Amino acid sequence: MAAPTIRSLRSPLGRVRGLGAAKGGTHHWWLQRVTSVALLPLTIWLVFSLARMPDSTWQEATAWIGRPFNAVLLLAFLAAAFHHMAYGLQEVVEDYVRGELAKVGALLALKGACFLLWLSATLAVLRIAI
Amino acid sequence: MATFTLPKNSTVGEGRTYSAPAGSKNVKSFRIYRWDPDGGANPRTDTYEIDLDQCGPMVLDALIKIKNEVDTTLTFRRSCREGICGSCAMNIDGLNTLACLKPIDEVKGDVRISPLPHMPVVKDLVPDLSQIYAQLRSVEPWLKADTPPPPDGERLQSKEERAKLDGLWECILCFCCSTACPSYWWNGDRYLGPAVLLQAYRWISDSRDEATGERLDALEDPFKLYRCHTIMNCTRTCPKGLNPAQAIGEIKKLMVERQG
Repeated sequence: MAAPTIRSLRSPLGRVRGLGAAKGGTHHWWLQRVTSVALLPLTIWLVFSLARMPDSTWQEATAWIGRPFNAVLLLAFLAAAFHHMAYGLQEVVEDYVRGELAKVGALLALKGACFLLWLSATLAVLRIAI
Repeated sequence: MATFTLPKNSTVGEGRTYSAPAGSKNVKSFRIYRWDPDGGANPRTDTYEIDLDQCGPMVLDALIKIKNEVDTTLTFRRSCREGICGSCAMNIDGLNTLACLKPIDEVKGDVRISPLPHMPVVKDLVPDLSQIYAQLRSVEPWLKADTPPPPDGERLQSKEERAKLDGLWECILCFCCSTACPSYWWNGDRYLGPAVLLQAYRWISDSRDEATGERLDALEDPFKLYRCHTIMNCTRTCPKGLNPAQAIGEIKKLMVERQG
């Protein structure tokens, strides 16, 4: 077997210190917890509500979404759910994707996709409700 | 992407079998990972049949017996043989632990032994710990205070303040926890890992230390601290019964607490 190629003679401490602490991450971590707690009652409410109208017509469904109480909770659910999803997927990318270019590309793509999906879903609720 | 399979030159082959002496009644097989940096061969698993009637009760007793009586080339670290030095940390029967504290009779079937997972191997059961030692060094695990100590004695703590260090000071730095952590496997170059974060928290929660904020600053990073996803392998594997996952949780709570 060939001797391993030495790519760096930098000391272990120098490598470990690297670029230093980013002084961030707490906001991300905290919001992930806040949205998960918020999603608990919101998801239960949504599932319960949908289960109660299995055979409803289009008119009944849009009327349900049109009620201010339901519309507000739906918008809150969408905001929390898409935020939670984007932040959760970001963790997965940071865990597993190697290479700065691939990582930044993947993060931009998934954040953009989550943002557009959230905007579309929100617009749908608003068009019915307003 | 993260690598999930071993590279070709790391796949483990079948090695030699060393049979127990004739007439042995209480035989147990020890299947041990072997790799020699010289010679260029792939790693292999050697099988040593040991007569337990002629061997001490712990896995380390068997390893020492093998090295003394069967195969002197078997290489492993050991020192205190009583669970206080952390040298003989290795993966035994699928769980990271100390060979000196692991009774042989706790293992059903063959005793499978390999080095601490996902660390570079120096030889056989000896992992290269230079990076993790540097990570420990990077959290500056010593008392930092601007106030000079009292001229007539030591820095004092109340009983309550001292009690906060229980569950932290007992860590012997065997690194069973860090090397059991998938987050540390995938991102060990940037994530500090449970052992080092527990040490960081040991100094954060020390009432005599005056650099708490500075210590939190140095940890506030998406990778150094927040790669912990509460997988809990660290707590499950700790041979000293400590809870690194809880220490990391406490650090995260302090990070939020100081925000407002």
